[in-house]
Amino acid sequence: MSPIEFLGDLLNPELAFLPKALAVAVMSSIVCGVIGCYVVLRGMAFIGDAVAHSVFPGLAIAFVVGGNLVLGGSLAGIATAILVAVFSQNRRLKEDSIIGVLFVAAFALGVVIISQAPGYAGSLQQFLFGSITGIPDSDLYVVGITGAVVLLVVFLLHKEFVTISLDRESARALGVQVFWLDLVLYVLVTLAVVISVQTIGNILVLALLVTPAATARLLTDRLGIMMALAPAIGGLAALTGLYVSWSWDLPTGGTIVLVLTAVFLLAWVFAPRQGLVARAGRPGRRTRPADPGAVSGSAPAVSLADTDPDPQPATSGARS
Amino acid sequence: MSDTGTTAALAVEKVSVDLGGRRVLHSVDLRAHRGELVGLIGPNGAGKTTLLRTILGLLKPAAGAVTVEGRPAKPGRVPVGYIPQRLDFAWEFPISVANVVMTGLTGRLGLARRPGAAQWEAVADALDRVRMTELADRPVGQLSGGQRQRVLVARALALQPAVLLLDEPFTGLDMPTQELLSGLFADLAHEGRALLMTTHDILSALDGSDRIALLNRTIVASGTPAELAGDPSLWARTFGIGPGSALLRMVQAAA
Repeated sequence: MSPIEFLGDLLNPELAFLPKALAVAVMSSIVCGVIGCYVVLRGMAFIGDAVAHSVFPGLAIAFVVGGNLVLGGSLAGIATAILVAVFSQNRRLKEDSIIGVLFVAAFALGVVIISQAPGYAGSLQQFLFGSITGIPDSDLYVVGITGAVVLLVVFLLHKEFVTISLDRESARALGVQVFWLDLVLYVLVTLAVVISVQTIGNILVLALLVTPAATARLLTDRLGIMMALAPAIGGLAALTGLYVSWSWDLPTGGTIVLVLTAVFLLAWVFAPRQGLVARAGRPGRRTRPADPGAVSGSAPAVSLADTDPDPQPATSGARS
Repeated sequence: MSDTGTTAALAVEKVSVDLGGRRVLHSVDLRAHRGELVGLIGPNGAGKTTLLRTILGLLKPAAGAVTVEGRPAKPGRVPVGYIPQRLDFAWEFPISVANVVMTGLTGRLGLARRPGAAQWEAVADALDRVRMTELADRPVGQLSGGQRQRVLVARALALQPAVLLLDEPFTGLDMPTQELLSGLFADLAHEGRALLMTTHDILSALDGSDRIALLNRTIVASGTPAELAGDPSLWARTFGIGPGSALLRMVQAAA
């Protein structure tokens, strides 16, 4: 199917669900792309996965009682996020164990609840793998408004999120409320997941959070650029994925994720500074930048070398 | 340790701290005046980090009090600059040197407020002070160990603190870099700040500090490097070592 035909289908009133699905998919990809930057940079992918699973019982309850899915999922995700934050105060267990316990429990609860609904196998599959049909008009507004709120909070708290991501102890010493900001960030991740679950599915939503941001990270060393690039990549992949899945009758969620993965692999190979191709063509890349404080011989400690993504042989000021 | 009459920039008075039900610090007395670089030396597990966290107001002492410029320690409320160990910082984060230094002002700016001209000026001054101005736009992941340490110092300086706390600033750095940093720390102190620095590098501490405090659960001794280096028994007591120890020979050589 050519892009023109796809455009025709989008405008065809008989296929009104298609533009709605496109709008929801693109909006949620944009929101996930922005939030995903924090998820990737803070190494929170596991938490993102946990939240994605833990919204499931809320979705299931909302589905069984005929309530709003976004609202139900948000409440369940936020409840889990708070439980994780509270349980993590116990020093005997590490946070990832707590998360492992709670998110599988939440997912199990969702499976049990949704089994009570008639036609349970079909709805379960819809939840797990996404569906582009049957999105109510109201969801367009819910997704749009929720997404706007998430982006607004990111805009307002960006400085704080960066500060606590760089080093928590110094942030605490500066009087920054690390615990509450963590909680807010978990809630934002939850909301981004919930608005995305409908089209892409519960299992695959992690890709929407992590892959665009990880791709953007390969392409830039600037946080601002990364946070613009990730939603752009996510949005375009959602559009492309929907087009491909509609043309060849493939599952939408899976197709969007595969498109994202393809973009990630391209960036891995061809990224201008960190890609395989760029590395191969750059001999002597271990050279250290010159130090204006005359510490030119100051190689970093061995233990620091692995946190150093790519030392550039740039002379000072050349990259400013 | 005599108080010279002026209020100390940093005063730790009879501070005891419990961690997990165990007394980690016992009746610690420590002062640092403006213009003074104090080295804090002790073995692993002596409570150095606990003491720093208590001074920052992140741990509540079970007894005693910490005051900064006469005011009780409280995170974000008193002018203390904290310089963590380099490994505690997420260097892989895609952020420029200047923006890292700006995060030092996050607490003071408050929620939802963006930095203005005054804040960027403070950042520029701090970078200038540690001679990192030329690298202001460089992503921090591309810096050497010594440069990274200076970025952390600049971030702490952005608040124009009266007291600077340095946690093991020399770990993993080569000697020339250590010497340059030592010079910077001494200058920062002598310009009118109080610096408290924990270190395992006893030679650097003896060489660069105005005063040294030996810590093992409590302050074993405090005095000028010359005074302490002349009394090996203090070091033996602090580190729990015998007379044949290489550490003692090193201290005596420095005396």
